[in-house]
Amino acid sequence: MKKVYAREEYCTGCGLCQVHCITAHSPYKDNIVKAYKKTFPRPLPRVIVEEQRPVSFALQCRHCEDAPCVKACITGAMQRDPATGVVNNDESRCVGCWTCILVCPHGAVARDERGKKAASKCDMCSGIHEVPACVAGCPNGALEYRGEREKEA
Amino acid sequence: MALLKSYLTPDFLIERNKDRCIQCRVCVQQCANEVHYYDDEDGEVYSDEMKCVNCQRCVTLCPTRALVIRSSPNELRKNANWTPEVIRSIYIQAETGGVLLTGMGNDRPYPVYWDHMLLNASQVTNPSIDPLREPMECKTFLGRKPASLVFENGRLKEKIPPQLELDIPVMFSAMSFGSISLNAIKSLARAARQEGTYFNTGEGGLHKELYPYGENCIVQVASGRFGVHSEYLEAGSAVEIKIGQGAKPGIGGHLPGEKVGKEISETRMIPEGTDALSPAPHHDIYSIEDLRQLIFSLKEATGYQKPVGVKIAAVHNVAAIASGIARAGADYIAIDGYRGGTGAAPLRIRDNVGIPVEFALAAVDTRLRNEGIRNEVSLVVAGSIRSSSDVVKAVALGADAVYIASAALLALGCHMCQKCYTGKCNWGIATQDPHLTKRLNPDLGAQRAANLLRGWKHEIQEMLGGMGINALESLRGNRLMLRGIGLTEKELEILGIKAAGE
Repeated sequence: MKKVYAREEYCTGCGLCQVHCITAHSPYKDNIVKAYKKTFPRPLPRVIVEEQRPVSFALQCRHCEDAPCVKACITGAMQRDPATGVVNNDESRCVGCWTCILVCPHGAVARDERGKKAASKCDMCSGIHEVPACVAGCPNGALEYRGEREKEA
Repeated sequence: MALLKSYLTPDFLIERNKDRCIQCRVCVQQCANEVHYYDDEDGEVYSDEMKCVNCQRCVTLCPTRALVIRSSPNELRKNANWTPEVIRSIYIQAETGGVLLTGMGNDRPYPVYWDHMLLNASQVTNPSIDPLREPMECKTFLGRKPASLVFENGRLKEKIPPQLELDIPVMFSAMSFGSISLNAIKSLARAARQEGTYFNTGEGGLHKELYPYGENCIVQVASGRFGVHSEYLEAGSAVEIKIGQGAKPGIGGHLPGEKVGKEISETRMIPEGTDALSPAPHHDIYSIEDLRQLIFSLKEATGYQKPVGVKIAAVHNVAAIASGIARAGADYIAIDGYRGGTGAAPLRIRDNVGIPVEFALAAVDTRLRNEGIRNEVSLVVAGSIRSSSDVVKAVALGADAVYIASAALLALGCHMCQKCYTGKCNWGIATQDPHLTKRLNPDLGAQRAANLLRGWKHEIQEMLGGMGINALESLRGNRLMLRGIGLTEKELEILGIKAAGE
């Protein structure tokens, strides 16, 4: 399946991927200002920019084939879409036990405690955009959306 | 000594539209000058305008277009003689006691002679050519050409000396590894390969990762002799001896020790952390005869397989100098005008030394023709070639090709903030800071630089077609295709062109 790959050597740590991720997961998908100023609670970014200069990269769910979070989920909220391979969290079923966070080897699931307690994670913008918003919004080509075997550009 | 209070005021005003700013802090993350900062207590981003150099990185990356940078509205009392720049310079020197430094090319309002020349276009009698339907040749060759063609048994008798083959008469000018980042050079190298032209190492040597691009590379030998060894000379397609640079004729180069990290130290063959000083004179060249020795040493070293060129700055007696260089055996001469860019130059030198490259080119071409040796050497002009029309005018004035550097850097994202010498280039171009160099992804950079060349090539073909000419070679030195506008008799005479209407 296609995944988002970080090219650490070109990540500038600007955080625009987070801005575009938040916007894509808000009710105002094409308006960053409204997404930030009129959405309460504002969604968490599902991509995390890690930085210790000069190293920086944007991390998001790897949608593991043998996903530990899916196995560990006590309510079955964490599910892999058999068609697309995307691991998604059904927030209506999530009870906020945070087991997924404990087992995720990448640290790619976050606690969203502002509304109903629910794990927040990358959904690859399924049903929102064809290309994940973080990839489309990266100004330096530091995020790539490609198949595992496709050579890096 | 205690620091004096600075009398300097901010150059720029940063306007942040509060309705648009979403406090995302992209501007904070991106400013190498630490202009923007986030105040935790207020939950807001503020800006310290004193530090702003107006590189526009924050403006460009702001996702909501919340930022505008303008010249500061603070005005000193109007004075046509003591302009704000002059007063500011005095404040800086009063505080530092140093030479004023600057980056990029001369920005004084001297006339741009390219803009005082107009191109001819065919109308009824000699029809124009449609480059979309007819082949339009942009290829050109740099190197010594035979004086006449002598055939023997149906074959050319004389062996043609080594030539550089260019698919477009535009090359990337000398910019060293040190003055610009490795990612910037990689971008240019890949673009040069893609578009069939050349990039130039500058005086910084050739990084080991760039050896595969040797076929598209001109290696430079400057006074510092940085990184010059037999493998280096072998790697390039031509060797260029750098005598002068348009931005700072008569001034040497200086890369501060703090920029000489491991990679640069290996490439330049100097110890890490030491200043890389390339003096203004080559200490083995004090005459044309000495230059001839170096030219032939380099030809000998490369088995007479590669053209050897000489780059000089455009100065008062450039025609006589060029004649000497041609006679010394150079295969091409690069003439760099007073608007040429640089990573760092003393401000007063940059702004007051040299002559316009348009005059230098015309004078050199005329002199070489009058002496009957124009065929012995190709001419490359540099120093603020801004567009394809500048290229066409240069060729009509007598150039074989042009070098571009500032235009190439602009293509990579440079915003001409003129602060290259600080090493804090926010666009990852004129810097060696690993946090900043990664801002230039060579995949994207190469694409942008190649796009620029391709766009220019299309335009050059359109202009040639408009003139009714189907090959660039037919335009070379064809000054009848040019007309001067707003020029004095003397200027027209030096340029060797007629006035508009004549």
